[in-house]
Amino acid sequence: MPTRLGKYTLRLDNSPNIASFAAVGGKKEGEGPLADFFDILCDDTSFGEQTWEKAESRLQKDAVNKALDKAGLSPSDIQYIFAGDLLNQCTSSTYGLRDMGIPFVGLYGACSTMAESLAVSGIFVDAGAADKTVCVTSSHFCSAERQFRFPLEYGGQRTPTSQWTVTAAGGLVMTKDGEGPYVRQATIGTIEDLGIKDANNMGAAMAPAAAATLQHFFEDTGTTPESFDLIVTGDLGQVGSELLYDLMRHDGVEIQKRHTDCGLLIYPPDDKDVKAGASGCGCSASVLCSYLLNKMGNRELNDILFMATGALMSTTSVQQGESIPGVAHLVHLSNTKWQ
Amino acid sequence: MKMTASEYDRLNKQVSPNSSVVKNCIFAFLIGGLICTIGEFLTNSFLHMGMLQREAAALTSVSLIFIAALLTGLNVYDNIAKFGGAGTLVPITGFSNSIVAPALEFKSEGFVLGLGAKMFIIAGPVLVYGITSSVVYGVIAFLFKLY
Repeated sequence: MPTRLGKYTLRLDNSPNIASFAAVGGKKEGEGPLADFFDILCDDTSFGEQTWEKAESRLQKDAVNKALDKAGLSPSDIQYIFAGDLLNQCTSSTYGLRDMGIPFVGLYGACSTMAESLAVSGIFVDAGAADKTVCVTSSHFCSAERQFRFPLEYGGQRTPTSQWTVTAAGGLVMTKDGEGPYVRQATIGTIEDLGIKDANNMGAAMAPAAAATLQHFFEDTGTTPESFDLIVTGDLGQVGSELLYDLMRHDGVEIQKRHTDCGLLIYPPDDKDVKAGASGCGCSASVLCSYLLNKMGNRELNDILFMATGALMSTTSVQQGESIPGVAHLVHLSNTKWQ
Repeated sequence: MKMTASEYDRLNKQVSPNSSVVKNCIFAFLIGGLICTIGEFLTNSFLHMGMLQREAAALTSVSLIFIAALLTGLNVYDNIAKFGGAGTLVPITGFSNSIVAPALEFKSEGFVLGLGAKMFIIAGPVLVYGITSSVVYGVIAFLFKLY
């Protein structure tokens, strides 16, 4: 059963196990430094589908099928699927997964959804409500652009603080028992807003939420950044990461040496289109389900804090001049389970 | 102690890089200038073919609109605009791109509610305020007998 630590954190005493994982990416992701860690890469950004929305649904479906394959399971073995994406009403998830017949829990945490799904699934499994679940999220550059910004062919310039939505999905199978890695602790984030209104600077909008969640976790567990091999944020990018360091220093905690950001890992650092970094639900999900879990599998990393961050605005709230609230959910992944 | 919004705003301004104004202006000047030079070349060619000034000017606009629409469809215009910025936005080619791009993009929602309804999603405000200000200008010109 989960044990509450402090106000925000749950210790998952039975250490839910990550049995398998899979990442699916598009052309640009296939040209990036993490390409070798992806399970499926497709040169065709439409994935052979008629619309960008169908392409994104396809990404999720492929990620789930591949992860199930690797675990030697079929959809009928899975008791719950925890999924989400960025599109209105989360249609990438519902349309992508509608044929699988798995009880579906739709989640929305913007780009924080992968960590949210890991936390919720971890609590379900730890509490004994399920022994086999799937977590999956996706994003697609083209479907996100047309919903949140401009048509693809529109000739505009991106600001230096803007981020590039990743075309990818990451999915994993969680089981009650197994060889690890394990989900040991989870901190559900609070909604934080320090008044950023620029929708082209989401790193800045999300950094306060990341700082709050990290502080809550350290306070609740009595740990420090040095207790972990790596603190990985979802998609703060260059600007958000710098602001996170400054916010943490403001509270007397130094994390820069232990920190990396999925948004800075997936594309080559010199890619001029990417500007401040990558973003999207699929960013943290695919980096986790390719690079990070591989590194945990070969014991290069043993204890990591995976914290995905989300900007909780809509096009309407931005047009109405509202500031952008952020949220960050954190899970502690480890190669050793609780004794 | 928690950071206040104004402290955070200061911090954000320090950390967030600004657009490079000088570089953007130079590129806008060069690419915008190039588009206008092509326009001049077209006008002179049409005049050379024996057209009147009015006809040549109209045909130049139509030609530039066509070229920009074609380049938008061929996935080229947005790549030029990455460097050109305002240089590709301000000439009539930018107007063409702003109509063709949504027309292509929203075709997937059908010809009426997609293509038809969303075609002017970017150019619409330009038309509304452009036409409104021209009417206001016309009224002022009429009242003060400026013409």
